[in-house]
Amino acid sequence: MPGAQSSSAKPNSKRRSLTDAIAENVFDGDAVALGLALESGIPFAAVHEIIRQKRKDLTLVGPISDMAFDQMLGAGVAARVVAAWVGNVAGGSGYAFRRAVENGVPRPIEVEDHSNFTIGLALKAAAMGLPFLPTFTGIGGDIVKAHQGIRPIEDPFGGPPLLAVAAFQPDVTIVHVQRADEDGNAHLWGNLGLTVEAVYGARRTIITCEEIVSREVIRSDPNRTAIPGFLVSAVVEEPGGALPASVQGYWRRDFMPFLDYHRTSRTPAGLRDWLQEWVYDVPDRATYLQKLGEEALLRLRVRDQRLAAPANFAP
Amino acid sequence: MNDLYTPRELMVVAAAREIRDREVVFVGMRLPLLGFALAKATHAPEAIGLFENGVIRDRPAEAFIYTMGDPPNIVGAVACLGLLDVMSLLQQGRVGLGFLGGAEIDRLGNLNTTSAVGETGPVRLPGSGGAGDIASLAGRTVLIMEHEPRRFRRKVSYITSPGNYGGRRRGGPATLITTLGVFDLRHGGFTATSLHPGVSPEEVRRSTGFPVDIPAEVATTIPPSPDELAYIRRADPDGFWTRAAVKAG
Repeated sequence: MPGAQSSSAKPNSKRRSLTDAIAENVFDGDAVALGLALESGIPFAAVHEIIRQKRKDLTLVGPISDMAFDQMLGAGVAARVVAAWVGNVAGGSGYAFRRAVENGVPRPIEVEDHSNFTIGLALKAAAMGLPFLPTFTGIGGDIVKAHQGIRPIEDPFGGPPLLAVAAFQPDVTIVHVQRADEDGNAHLWGNLGLTVEAVYGARRTIITCEEIVSREVIRSDPNRTAIPGFLVSAVVEEPGGALPASVQGYWRRDFMPFLDYHRTSRTPAGLRDWLQEWVYDVPDRATYLQKLGEEALLRLRVRDQRLAAPANFAP
Repeated sequence: MNDLYTPRELMVVAAAREIRDREVVFVGMRLPLLGFALAKATHAPEAIGLFENGVIRDRPAEAFIYTMGDPPNIVGAVACLGLLDVMSLLQQGRVGLGFLGGAEIDRLGNLNTTSAVGETGPVRLPGSGGAGDIASLAGRTVLIMEHEPRRFRRKVSYITSPGNYGGRRRGGPATLITTLGVFDLRHGGFTATSLHPGVSPEEVRRSTGFPVDIPAEVATTIPPSPDELAYIRRADPDGFWTRAAVKAG
């Protein structure tokens, strides 16, 4: 949102422009967790800003990442991936991920494979302040073999053998939510995926949201506050900041960009052109929305209402 | 095969038939999304669907969905929780059935969606997602795959989703539904339960990279009924899932 520059914010406010939020919180070499709700609420605006700011040597952390990780790998901002699935849910393979793994293009990367459950346990362990969490998942498969973050353990109470999943603490977690107040207290609804664990487990959190609302709106429904603001470093009002991913109650999924990206990114030249057109030549999200065009925005913006029944919090 | 229904529609119907009423089902993506909806509309009205993004549903989505995170899969859900909540139910043993797909399968029902051997070298595939967890922890799994020789391997090069192995505490692959037939995997090998209409035992053997048991009197897969077809076409009006090829992973 053009008016939300940090220069106009109050001294102690967490409210930032997206440019400043990324500049102040995402550094070369950081482990960055995002795409945590799975296919919805992917903070694509933040992903593109990280690419524009040319971060280096990031570790990308998440369960499935749809095409966000693929774009970051194609742009060469990451050295390592710690994830359960990297690709394009609509199309299948992520071609930039494939080129990075198979040919070291544009740079070699290291991949630490997980399942959705084990990456979730790694983040949960960090969120709980524990060194690891035990599980039965993965036994009998190859993901957990010779894994730097997963080792066999005995049950001290005499039960069957388990696996220990080491805690993974992201340097920064980035989530896109429906609404937050200026302090970063955030309301989110719909599927949560690993959003809460990744925020609680991270050193810093950036919230991008559809709307900044008053503190009273947040306090009217504290059960919907999945992210307390004291865990949040920066909050950015960025309407449409998850497109082409959906945001419940605000945006439908824009299906074609996923297929277009899948087709275009098949070759390195195609990927370069795509990044140029949709990331480097687009300075901010407002310009991205303009580029999508009014017709697309009308199709994608949710105008119907399916309101939840109010909950009475009267004492 | 014929012009009355597509192979995918037959596979959706076969998947739906695997769901028992009142069962808790880890639904997953693609064809099982439709299979779950069809089962709910027919023989399993009280089945419960879990989605790994944290959604629990007891009725199908009201509109077509591409992915489990699409807004129509959220509205009208019983609950929207986190990934660890539904994975915990899976680990507890409360999930009777989970669906899985794979790029490659071997005779033990191991699935590979991580790394395949291509013509010019190793091919990196997307990875597990929740598949490895469903394979490890569901009460039983139903596998859905294209039946092609390059996908049916004596031994997969990487086990993303474990099949039958010694010491398995729970579950394992029960049924494999392919573009050619339905197979029973419960006893450590492949036994044909039924071949789809028009499919010969030779075609199945040719397309399978290891021995497969096809009884002489093997049944023919029951085709979709008019009601089942009508339901599938209402749920997927453009044939997005049922006309396109089955996707790996």
